[in-house]
Amino acid sequence: MDFSVINDNIEFLMLGLMRSFQLAIFTIVLSLTIACFIAIGRVSSKRSIRYPSAIFVNLLRSNPLILIVFWFFFLVPLITGKTLPEFHTVLIAFVVFFAAYFAEIVRSGIQSVGSSQVKAALSTGLTYSQSMRLIVLPQALRNMLPALVTECVIVFQGTTIAYVIGMREFLHSTSLVAERTVRPVELYLFAALVYLVICFTGTRLALFLEKNKELAR
Amino acid sequence: MNYEFDWSLLLEEPNWSWVIEGIANTIQLSLVAWGCALVLGVLIGAIRMSKSRTLRFIGTTYVEIFRNIPLLVQLFLWFFVFPLLLPDDLMRAWNRLDGVPFLTALIGLSLFTAARIAEQIRSGISSIPKGQFLAAYSTGLTEVQTFRHVIIPYAFRVMIPAIASEFLTIFKNSALTLTIGVAEVTGAAKTIEAYTFRGIEAYSAASLTYMLTTASVVIFMGWLEHALRIPGLIGKR
Repeated sequence: MDFSVINDNIEFLMLGLMRSFQLAIFTIVLSLTIACFIAIGRVSSKRSIRYPSAIFVNLLRSNPLILIVFWFFFLVPLITGKTLPEFHTVLIAFVVFFAAYFAEIVRSGIQSVGSSQVKAALSTGLTYSQSMRLIVLPQALRNMLPALVTECVIVFQGTTIAYVIGMREFLHSTSLVAERTVRPVELYLFAALVYLVICFTGTRLALFLEKNKELAR
Repeated sequence: MNYEFDWSLLLEEPNWSWVIEGIANTIQLSLVAWGCALVLGVLIGAIRMSKSRTLRFIGTTYVEIFRNIPLLVQLFLWFFVFPLLLPDDLMRAWNRLDGVPFLTALIGLSLFTAARIAEQIRSGISSIPKGQFLAAYSTGLTEVQTFRHVIIPYAFRVMIPAIASEFLTIFKNSALTLTIGVAEVTGAAKTIEAYTFRGIEAYSAASLTYMLTTASVVIFMGWLEHALRIPGLIGKR
């Protein structure tokens, strides 16, 4: 084994890693925002809101991410009539897919707050949206923080799927260098190590937050 | 958007046999991998609860490694790297095997999911109140007997939802094996789309497979959970 091949290509590989991070961060921010609305829809008392949100969540959660990515790669050019850059198309697919997963986390966070909080908030004269925004969501956020961090790690792991449609994220960059230099052993082991270090840090953070949940109160 | 639907295309050859082969492969792969992962996962879960520090360390290391490397990277490691690390004659034997992609996918999926199941087993067992252990010991049962007769039957029922959802996870994760050349259902849909440019029809067939399986597993597990529930524990229904 000769690991100097990694040193020689480090710039190219790091560019790919940056792209992975970019995709993960954009996905997390956008899908979490959408997820808050869907989660509120999931606990709504109106059926006309509750059912569509439930269908959205269950539809996406029962399909693999890779298939959702294929769907969007077919549908986006068909609907918009032009081909978007692949980063945008992947991002749309990821945001829609992970919004469903984040929505479930936010929903269980909201449900962990307890209905007496909502009743108390409403009785002080706050409107429903005010009590959601000012009373329920901040508490829910604290309760669901460990699960959110875990899901962020899953999003980061999920960015590898962009490889399949040829977006130049970290795994794709690795495979390109592996093919060109014919050093697959060194390169894939390196990639595995990089993912391991990043995701291990994330899961440890989630564990730490879980253990310190009580302290935060 | 103008798109003319042509659903009959799925029934034409070779599309029909691709879809059927894909569904068969997906189901076969996920069932076998789930079985292997369950056995291995229980084993690792047990190791992580043991009194020996070394064993516990091995179990934890396994879980952390396999949980924190993305599945796609693990599949590539098994597919591209693992055969190269074998001794020469073994490598030749491995390459001569039939269905190397399927075998690789099976190894990758099982080992990945085993780590997740081990985690579920551990949290299932630690959710059991300490009094159960103490009561079992005080009746004179040994540690092994306590686990066999009291804790496992109890924990197993608590863990049914988690184990079922692991099956659904492995079922969806098996789609990733198309990257190493397993002809599973998502790969079949992609192939049909590539040949006919009929993406909506092709992907609908794949999505329908996943959704129907998910729905039936959820319904079956709901029934099973109800049938096996521990009286007085979960007041559902």
